[in-house]
Amino acid sequence: MDFWKRLLNIDRRIIYLVIAITVIVPFFLPTGWPINVTYEVKNIYDYIENLGPEGVVLLSADYDASTLAELQPMFDACLRHCFARDVKVIVMSLFPQGVGLAEISLKRIAKEYNKVNGVDYCFLGYKPGGSIIIMGMGSNIRIPFPSDYYGTPLKDIPMMKDINNFSDIDLVISFSGTGIVASWLYYAHEPYNQDIAWGVTAVMASDYYPFLQSHQIVGLIGGMKGAAEYETLISKPSLATSGMDAQSWAHIMIIVFIIIGNIGYLAMRKKERRM
Amino acid sequence: MFLKRQLPLLITLVCGIIWGVQYFIPHPASEAVYSFYTDWGLVIGLFASILGFVSIIRLHYMKVRHHAKNWQFSVVTLSAMPVMIVAAILTGTESGGAFMWLYNYVEVPIEATMFSLLAFYIASAAYRAFRARSAQAAALLVAAAIVMLGRVPVGAQISFWSHLFPGTSIPQIASWILNVPNMAAKRAINLGVGLGMMMVSLKIILGIERTYLGGQE
Amino acid sequence: MHLSPSIGVWVAVFLTLCVLSFLYKDNPFYKFAEHLVVGVSVGYGMVLWYTQGILPKFITPFFKEGKYIYIVPAILGIMITMQLVRKYAWLARFPMAFLLGASSGIGLPRTMQAGVIKQLEATMVPMGFSRLQYIWNIVIFVGVLSVLIYFFFSKEHKGVFGGIANIGIWYLMIGFGATFGYTVMARLSLFIGRVLFIIQTALGIQVAG
Repeated sequence: MDFWKRLLNIDRRIIYLVIAITVIVPFFLPTGWPINVTYEVKNIYDYIENLGPEGVVLLSADYDASTLAELQPMFDACLRHCFARDVKVIVMSLFPQGVGLAEISLKRIAKEYNKVNGVDYCFLGYKPGGSIIIMGMGSNIRIPFPSDYYGTPLKDIPMMKDINNFSDIDLVISFSGTGIVASWLYYAHEPYNQDIAWGVTAVMASDYYPFLQSHQIVGLIGGMKGAAEYETLISKPSLATSGMDAQSWAHIMIIVFIIIGNIGYLAMRKKERRM
Repeated sequence: MFLKRQLPLLITLVCGIIWGVQYFIPHPASEAVYSFYTDWGLVIGLFASILGFVSIIRLHYMKVRHHAKNWQFSVVTLSAMPVMIVAAILTGTESGGAFMWLYNYVEVPIEATMFSLLAFYIASAAYRAFRARSAQAAALLVAAAIVMLGRVPVGAQISFWSHLFPGTSIPQIASWILNVPNMAAKRAINLGVGLGMMMVSLKIILGIERTYLGGQE
Repeated sequence: MHLSPSIGVWVAVFLTLCVLSFLYKDNPFYKFAEHLVVGVSVGYGMVLWYTQGILPKFITPFFKEGKYIYIVPAILGIMITMQLVRKYAWLARFPMAFLLGASSGIGLPRTMQAGVIKQLEATMVPMGFSRLQYIWNIVIFVGVLSVLIYFFFSKEHKGVFGGIANIGIWYLMIGFGATFGYTVMARLSLFIGRVLFIIQTALGIQVAG
């Protein structure tokens, strides 16, 4: 087999190994390259920054473990920011798996900031139904959520006394790797003028720029890089920031693979034409 | 025939008109109609979920019963379900208990790792299939490379020319690609999707789309 | 390095390696993890279905608050499950008709407003050559129009129409390129997340960040 053919037929397991090494090594040889902040993420940060202690932010953990690496860091960063600003936080989930991840995070971060359940934050938990839950919350949060995750009726939760529907919530941020984020647009923003923002996986991020330009959403956090930007803004570097070096090197390696593949392809095409 | 076919179509039409018109009537009665659907729809959905649970249990039960290929693994699936339920009954659903332990240390790592395999597959696919076969394919390739570099910290580091030509660093070009041509293309697609969704809704309300009735009479 | 003392963390590491072993080839360890996660996930879903759904939305209102009307949606929901019994599958049509009819009615005006009208409005913004943003607005307008024309298949793509459709292809290619770039980023992030778990949580090695 000649060189060009061999270049086009590298065993997939070698490619896997190279990718694994490219991701692992930067953790031990960090470069510490600064993370540039984009306006999409900064918009959300500014919105929360301008809220006072009477502000209410709803964080909807509409994801599961499959997108944990991308969405959990941004959920954590937004939660930290809200707590640091003494903003009241409501946490819920439209995904059964999301509620478990949110609960673990919420308890850990609330402890960091000495926040009390029912006073500083309320964990509504999960209700199945997707869009129907959002529609119900527009009328009255108590329709889909008569009680919180732990079974306490909302009427007995001090923080929820004056919060009835979207008109009492400043900002909703939905974190998801699915199209459920659009339901927040259709059923919360559109009929009730609710300010919303999205934290989405990088796969989806490029599809949502039209809603950013039309100002239908306040901001957009895309993937682990978006989460790292938020961590930078609140000066609390965490998992996403740690992963940025590996992300950079892995992207370079993928581009190298694309170049190798194309060089081989062009060389073979030239050779075939000559023959 | 009327009971099984026409009546469901009539219900769809009436419900479609009622809840469609509701949007345009800012009145407490209209709001009550909306709330009624969200309240009842949720309960209907809850009971309908039984369908999903029964389906998956039946699938694995049949595999075990008929000793289908790899049936032993279906025993693992079927055993894990009651274990979770018993764990929840004994220790509750709050973090710190056995239920959340199983969730956090069994479900989360497996699910997260399964999707992480995609990192390797996309690397392999990029190497094998991402070819500049035409000028348009090359545009796709270049846009992808710029976004890949521009959205991670290395993009700014290698833009050594940016101090000579302000606004031309890789992150800035990536941002332009996302906010201008990409945005325009995705908007046109979204408009198509939006119009398509509206058409499907109309077809359902008018009884043109009736696959939910099933194949039988 | 400070190895995690938690048994759970090491169980998670073992299961992570079971799944990663699939990269070499399919094997019983992977199959075990695959089937285990289905079982655990369904069990988890069942528990939440009861504690977060049925209990607060049906059992409490029906048995404790005397809201007996909830029996109606409950029966409608059970009618959907009748799809499992061939003879009574038709019963599912009534609740489905209600849900689909109402959700289509609710969705129609909202989709039109948020997904179409607002999007069109945002395309009709000031254009010109006096400011850089106005120039980009022209680029956006041309892009939206040309891609829409590309997707209009009722007329043959020839002449001026075909030329505009061709511009649309260029926009689409750049858009798909951006999506591909972001997809690479997303997939790699998921693996980075697992590596971070093993290095930081299990092995206790503090990495920069």
